[in-house]
Amino acid sequence: MPDTHVESGTAAASAIGVHIVRTEEEAAASAAPAQRVAIRAENVEAWYGPKLAVAGVNMEIRANSVTALIGPSGCGKSTLIRTFNRMHEFAPAARVGGAVFLDGENIYERGIDPARVRQRVGMVFQKPNPFPTMSIAENVAAGLRFLGVRSKSEINDRVERALKVSALWEEVKNDLKKPGMALSGGQQQRLCIARAIAVEPEVVLMDEPCSALDPIATLKIEDLMRELAVQYTIVVVTHNMQQAARVSDRTAFMLAGEDHVGRLVEYRSTEELFTRPQDKRTEDYITGRFG
Amino acid sequence: MTRDLFSREISELQDEVLILGSMAEKAILDSMEALRDGDIRWSQKLVEDDQRINAKRFEIEERCIFVIASQQPMATDLRALVSMLFIITDLERIADHAEGIARINVMLGDEPLPRRLGYIPSMADRSVAMLRDSLKAYIEQDTALARQICEADDEVDRLHDRVYEDSTAAMIADPRTIQRNTYMLWTSHNLERIADRCTNICERVIYLVTGNMEEINVSKY
Amino acid sequence: MNPRSGASQLFLASEGLYRRRRLANRVMTAVMGIAAAIAVIPLFLILFYLLQKGLRGLSLDLLTQDPNRPGRPGGGVRNSIVGSGIMVGLATAIGVPIAIGCGVFLAEFGQNRAGLVIRFLVDVMAGIPSITVGLFIYGLIVLPQKQFTAFAGAVALAIILLPVVARITEEMVLLVPRSVREAAYALGAPRWKTTLRIVLPTALPGIITGVLLAVSRIAGEAAPLLFTALGNQFNSTNVFHAMDALPLRIFVYAVGPYDYWHEQAWAMSLLLVTIILFISLAVRAIFGSRVTVRQ
Repeated sequence: MPDTHVESGTAAASAIGVHIVRTEEEAAASAAPAQRVAIRAENVEAWYGPKLAVAGVNMEIRANSVTALIGPSGCGKSTLIRTFNRMHEFAPAARVGGAVFLDGENIYERGIDPARVRQRVGMVFQKPNPFPTMSIAENVAAGLRFLGVRSKSEINDRVERALKVSALWEEVKNDLKKPGMALSGGQQQRLCIARAIAVEPEVVLMDEPCSALDPIATLKIEDLMRELAVQYTIVVVTHNMQQAARVSDRTAFMLAGEDHVGRLVEYRSTEELFTRPQDKRTEDYITGRFG
Repeated sequence: MTRDLFSREISELQDEVLILGSMAEKAILDSMEALRDGDIRWSQKLVEDDQRINAKRFEIEERCIFVIASQQPMATDLRALVSMLFIITDLERIADHAEGIARINVMLGDEPLPRRLGYIPSMADRSVAMLRDSLKAYIEQDTALARQICEADDEVDRLHDRVYEDSTAAMIADPRTIQRNTYMLWTSHNLERIADRCTNICERVIYLVTGNMEEINVSKY
Repeated sequence: MNPRSGASQLFLASEGLYRRRRLANRVMTAVMGIAAAIAVIPLFLILFYLLQKGLRGLSLDLLTQDPNRPGRPGGGVRNSIVGSGIMVGLATAIGVPIAIGCGVFLAEFGQNRAGLVIRFLVDVMAGIPSITVGLFIYGLIVLPQKQFTAFAGAVALAIILLPVVARITEEMVLLVPRSVREAAYALGAPRWKTTLRIVLPTALPGIITGVLLAVSRIAGEAAPLLFTALGNQFNSTNVFHAMDALPLRIFVYAVGPYDYWHEQAWAMSLLLVTIILFISLAVRAIFGSRVTVRQ
């Protein structure tokens, strides 16, 4: 009887049922620290002058994980992550409402220094943007120098560590004095990641970090994101759904309605969002039947 | 509004699944009729024809794989294609069981007619009905129907028990019928497996619609 | 048979079109080439003329001797070379920092009414004739001090240099991609650090080119020096006295009565052009291709 193993399997499972329950409890208990919330957005809204671009976003971003933001162009996903490190306010007449808690602290509280927030929440941009006048090593050290780190040996150590974490060290260790702009696009982007993590931020925001890269360079960055998530919290905006599906633990889908105001539509585990989304709009978007 | 070609490809593939399903259904009906009539040549032909069903299944599978590779489907589309892959496997296995019945007829050889089939024909009727219904549930994405079909499987299991009892009783009463009754048991087993495969299809229908994977009805066998 | 004949027909049709396009392309290329040639003809004529007329007067004495008394052939223009060097250097030292500050302000903080006003004023300044600048400094510095000074001349030159360098600085700073600034902000750099350590170094090659242009221009100016530095027969390094300059001496000698003056004026013109040429080449050599090629 080919199927007897099913019954015996069930029997075995029920025999150890008690243990299974306990193991789950234990698993939940041990998983709890990993579920720490790195960023909590409370009713966040973002304005450009009189225009409301993002409204009513409530979300928790788990520490040491990759969270992806997807959505069509103009849905406010880039605007939203820029509220997480107070970069939004560099746009003319830009304003943020609501609260963003970084490790429990509201970064929009009066008296909070935006520069300090940005040291804790690093950012990688759509187009690789190494400082054009600086060498590879100087680029990585730039953030440390802004922080006022002077010790040469400390800077060298941290540059090397950041380049190793960014999987760039082997490729550039003999060319540290070469200009950052001399690298290929994918290498430049990894250099920018190294520059961002050299100051040891808690969170690294990535705004479509692979949209200017070729597929192989893209996959390298994606691998890197997974590895970085061990130590850092990664939030990545992407318009590449496959990328979100590949790299992220949780995915948020944003959409701008008729009023052109971006809102969070659905936010759940990546596996669930891409195989069985709960919202019809998510379904339409990820199956390419948007509109 | 978009992805018309992709939607058309999926619905074409669904039609192909239905064709495969009707091929499997015909294989069951034909093999049962050949068994009843002792038509050994027909059964031999049915054994050969199973190759066509296998070929059909691989053809659909390859198309599915190419669609997955080229379109990177998500959500409902992904579930539709993955379900299809499982369903065609089930259908192909169903046809294999029908082939098994045909082989049994060949092995029975010149056993005198009429064949004493007992509950087997009604098992076959129920299995075929389950197959039809499960494909209907698939096309109409009808989860209620899918769950109902799984209940029908219990009935087939009960009939299989009856065949088992009858056959063993007959074997004890007259050891000369051991071989013939063993063949009957095999036939009954094949039909029971066909009904089980139908419940698999129903589980896929529920996954396709809801995204949940659940074991609806653990078969007795 | 049908598709083939169709294809060849298409081929023939495109052949005619292709020929027309190729012809148009050649004609336009030729027109552009001729225009470019016409544009550089004056430059070569000037260089040729200068070499022809100026080489004769060029000698070691010209560079090392001060002028003789008028009417006595010989002597040199050492005083003018030294004076030009001092005044252009001083004007650059005064004008460039102010101009760069102004340009950076306009680019980084000038997107408002104040910026608009300042930008307008800078543009007006660039349009003021250089002789007017000289008169203005004459009234502002020379008259109150009752003394023609090299300092006054340098200030006048600085005023001419200022709008040129300020506007070029603004343009160059604005050319620094937004993404570069954002990278610095995202690392937690405050705005002033970003401007000073990231934006300005990135814009520097362009700014240097602008400074060079401006220096070349003021090195050749005579008009603003007429009522300020006045000119000086004798070699002087005191910036609070009257001082000579190459353009001034060229002017005096060119309109003077003696043939050897005319010859020396040509030689000085050649010298001036050569010096400017060497300054640009030297800076280009030092800063490499970064001066002209921006990312």
